[in-house]
Amino acid sequence: MSSPTTILDASALKRALVRIAHEIAERNELSTEVVLVGVQRGGVNLAERLAGFLSGIWGHAVPVGSVDVGMHRDDLGRKVAPRIHPTVIPFDITGRTVVLVDDVLFSGRTTRAALDALNDLGRPKRIQLAVLIDRGHRELPIKADFVGKNVPTSLSERISVHWQETDGKDVVYLEKK
Amino acid sequence: MTWNRKHLLDIESLTAEEITTVLDTAKVFKAVGERAIKKVPALRGKTVVNLFIEPSTRTRISFELAALRLTADVINFTAEASSLKKGETLKDTARTLEALNVDIIIMRHSATGAPHFLSRFLNASVINAGDGAHEHPTQALLDTFTIRERKGRIEGLNVTILGDILYSRVARSNIQALTKLGARVTLCGPSTLVPRVFEQMGCRVSYEVDEAIADADIINLLRIQHERQRKTMFPSINEYTSLFGLNKERLARTKPDAIIMHPGPINRGVEIDSEIADCGRSVILEQVTNGLAVRMAVLFLVNGGKGPQEIAA
Repeated sequence: MSSPTTILDASALKRALVRIAHEIAERNELSTEVVLVGVQRGGVNLAERLAGFLSGIWGHAVPVGSVDVGMHRDDLGRKVAPRIHPTVIPFDITGRTVVLVDDVLFSGRTTRAALDALNDLGRPKRIQLAVLIDRGHRELPIKADFVGKNVPTSLSERISVHWQETDGKDVVYLEKK
Repeated sequence: MTWNRKHLLDIESLTAEEITTVLDTAKVFKAVGERAIKKVPALRGKTVVNLFIEPSTRTRISFELAALRLTADVINFTAEASSLKKGETLKDTARTLEALNVDIIIMRHSATGAPHFLSRFLNASVINAGDGAHEHPTQALLDTFTIRERKGRIEGLNVTILGDILYSRVARSNIQALTKLGARVTLCGPSTLVPRVFEQMGCRVSYEVDEAIADADIINLLRIQHERQRKTMFPSINEYTSLFGLNKERLARTKPDAIIMHPGPINRGVEIDSEIADCGRSVILEQVTNGLAVRMAVLFLVNGGKGPQEIAA
């Protein structure tokens, strides 16, 4: 593996999150309707961060949950079973605006699986998609509503997102596979 | 994540890490069972066969519901209503099922090693749902899951298995799973049903029930299997009950937080006092709930597994 290129350092990452939070706030007038659901694993820290900024903007707490897409993937049985993480959504999503949060948007297959998983948990009024990095190469007709940074990539590259909470620092790298 | 097995044949060949993977996966599937919509599409389009050559109700129902909750199609095959009665061999029966492109075969058989035998020539995944007196891996996994959920850990716990050990595949699988995860296992029952040879599996053998359960964190009771026993193993059921049955007096002398388990079906008034079976320390019904989650996890994992398999004999 050659040396990774830094796409977002800690301060750029923070600015991107603040901007996404403001865009979410701008799009959703009825702030009490909004809940955030992070996609396991990468979206969970991101959802918590966004919820922090959003509660600052709105002046009230924003519910945060997490969803695991392992049971809804379209490649089950084609490869080794994925590690399954908990789906924790301690509130009713029916009638709410769910902002689905993931770190990297790539083929769109994870998002598709997440939409199915959410569907089993209730009927949201609407679902919006927020991602930190959109790296292109979509294989499904899926588009993010909120994007931290668009990064054109080749298929031989990899995006790796690190969080202070779990990895010790905030940084996003572009790596050669 | 450590699971690349296509089959689940026994606990003996699993590592502690693989057992833990099943338990962690089962935890998530248990949460699915608590939702309004209890079904996920993980096995959509897959066909699961319950090939039960030996009768069973609870294990079969548990596997059937697990497969249905994963959106698989399920066929129940019982020996009584099959061509096995017409003289077809097990191998031909299994090959016939495979010709129908089934993906997972769940098998119970009275002969030790029957699922291992099938796994050597079938492309389908094979899950052992009990083979003779050998192993019953999903029962051990659900027992271990229940213990871990209740006690927060397995390592260092004292587990006493009480009853008919000799004929029990549940005991053998439990001994394997628990010792791999670091529990201390004590076996207790009439000496005819608990031979000392079990010490070679890393357990302690005791013939004094009060001593065997005094320090236990878990008391796992096994049913006296009338159907498997020759009459010579102990003089009478009443004698068994008075010497080894769990009653209030015996329970009073155990650790106050010791929990009582039983794989079912229970014989009230034989190995367990009726009141105790229903008391707060009994987790018998939790075992049933957990069994469903564990079997969903096993089906999910073997569906994705295609790594190194058991070496053919």
